Amino acid sequence: MLKIAGKTFTSRLFTGTGKFSSSHLMEDALLASGSELVTVALKRVDVKNNHQDDILIRLKYPHINLLPNTSGVRNAKEAVFAAQLAREALETNWIKLEIHPDPKYLMPDPIETLKATEELAKLGFVVLPYIHADPVLCKRLEDAGTAAVMPLGSPIGSNKGLKTIDFLEIIISQSNVPVIVDAGIGSPSDAAWALEIGADAVLVNTAIAVSSNPVQMAAAFKMAVEAGRMAFEAKLALPVAHAIASSPLTSFLDE
Amino acid sequence: MNNFNDIFEAYDWDDTKASIYAKTSDDVERALASPKRTLEDFKALVSPAAAPYLEQMAGISQQLTQKRFGKVVQMYVPLYLSNACNNICTYCGFSYDNKVRRKTLSPMEIMQEVAVIKDMGYDHVLLVTGEANQTVHVDYFKKTLDLIRPHFSHISMEVQPLDLEDYEQLTPYGLNTVLVYQETYHEDDYKKHHPKGKKSNFQYRLETPDRLGQAGIHKMGLGVLIGLEDWRTDCFFTALHLNYLEKRYWQSKYSLSFPRLRPFSGGLEPKVEMNDRELVQLICAYRLFNEEVELSISTRESPNFRNNIIKLGITSISAGSKTNPGGYAVEPASLEQFEISDERSPREIAKVISAQGYEPVWKDWDNCLAT
Repeated sequence: MLKIAGKTFTSRLFTGTGKFSSSHLMEDALLASGSELVTVALKRVDVKNNHQDDILIRLKYPHINLLPNTSGVRNAKEAVFAAQLAREALETNWIKLEIHPDPKYLMPDPIETLKATEELAKLGFVVLPYIHADPVLCKRLEDAGTAAVMPLGSPIGSNKGLKTIDFLEIIISQSNVPVIVDAGIGSPSDAAWALEIGADAVLVNTAIAVSSNPVQMAAAFKMAVEAGRMAFEAKLALPVAHAIASSPLTSFLDE
Repeated sequence: MNNFNDIFEAYDWDDTKASIYAKTSDDVERALASPKRTLEDFKALVSPAAAPYLEQMAGISQQLTQKRFGKVVQMYVPLYLSNACNNICTYCGFSYDNKVRRKTLSPMEIMQEVAVIKDMGYDHVLLVTGEANQTVHVDYFKKTLDLIRPHFSHISMEVQPLDLEDYEQLTPYGLNTVLVYQETYHEDDYKKHHPKGKKSNFQYRLETPDRLGQAGIHKMGLGVLIGLEDWRTDCFFTALHLNYLEKRYWQSKYSLSFPRLRPFSGGLEPKVEMNDRELVQLICAYRLFNEEVELSISTRESPNFRNNIIKLGITSISAGSKTNPGGYAVEPASLEQFEISDERSPREIAKVISAQGYEPVWKDWDNCLAT
């Protein structure tokens, strides 16, 4: 089972709360997904009156853990401040660190993310940083005390799948912390693929929220993630790239 | 390159206009098929040649908007602080030469207005003034921001263009977004419509978004007043401006508005009419050109138009707006800047949005995110 910072998860599908056409539909979809870790943008919720907030009210289930995120901050200083506010208001020391100073493509800033991770880890946070699929940055974040790494599969919200596959494979092969593929997963088959190559979990939002039937799509992702993990554990048969000659080329050695 | 003016100078209005009107259905089809659309594609999409492709454009616009923004629409409301103005603008109810009683809200009056706006459910507010530097100046803005900051999670401003240092001073007070519309990029026409006051300086206004970018503002809004000049050409220059700003000030967000000239007492008739079909074409063209830009619609538009435009690319909407200082509580009967077309309450609009399969979002920012 997946373990992050001492917490065990039976589901390897993490989800987001944005972009749904209603909070009611969001709740139903998240329940269908079986997700146990749900990220919430601090900017969207009313932290001052969090007991009345429409999003937070709908996430009050014993199996759902909140993962506040810092979406909107532009540097480490702002991120640390936002994380502290989230910890106080939502009573969790888990934080999804998102620092994207570029509001167009929402590309994560590696320098500020590393700085903020160092600081937040020291302050006792369980840090899950959203980053590029950069293997060296992942090792640096491990050194800084990150609880997991969340490399992107392709640009966030793009539904383009695992464009960074080669780098994800390097990250997975050398990581000592869980690897969660965070952005760009557009279809259940993308999610299954991520799990098949050994990612510990995936985080999916747009592909569920914006589909015509988010509840059904969430259920499809749930099954895909389970299938992908089972396949990984069963060890995939390697694809055979070449034909096997009917007259062996090296048979003369046995003559 | 110093600022946008260096790029702008290379363009000739008449040539640009002619090149838009020369676009053919082949150009439109190429633009529609392209995965990454250029300024030339944008010209094709706003050209008359694109009119038969409106349904297809609307479909792509809806899909791109949902992918980026989700099925949500942000709610905001204007708060007019003052109608004092030293500018003559031929199309505006607050123009210096209009005989209206001038009013600038005091701190206590501002709070009366805020109470009503908060009761409507709003958390995002847009502060609006005319240009009267002796009464509505940077100190007034600072005091106002200080006063209202605890009550709103996102504050925008649509006031006179300011100097770089002014913007730098205001951002620490919680100013998140600044809207500054060029009105028209046609320089001669601009001068005709703005014969007196600081606003008559075309150049200073044109360079305002540069100053905002240099000040590190989170978001800025651009647009032209539709009706003053050929809208296709004016909106091309808006797209050109946006394109330049995004590349240069890559840490800022952008939004676009497309206000159509509205009647007010004794005002100017639009020189150029834009019908509903053309406004839809423009909204879709903006979206096809730029997937990330926010597109905003105000109560200038009719209820039926607003109901149906929600699904076609819009990301934010105002409702229950008053366009006179004190309009919510202090002096509801005073003269408005322009007549609004959609008088439905924010709650009614929220219901309409939900009925269209979208979620109205009242809060999408938090003061804690910027230090």
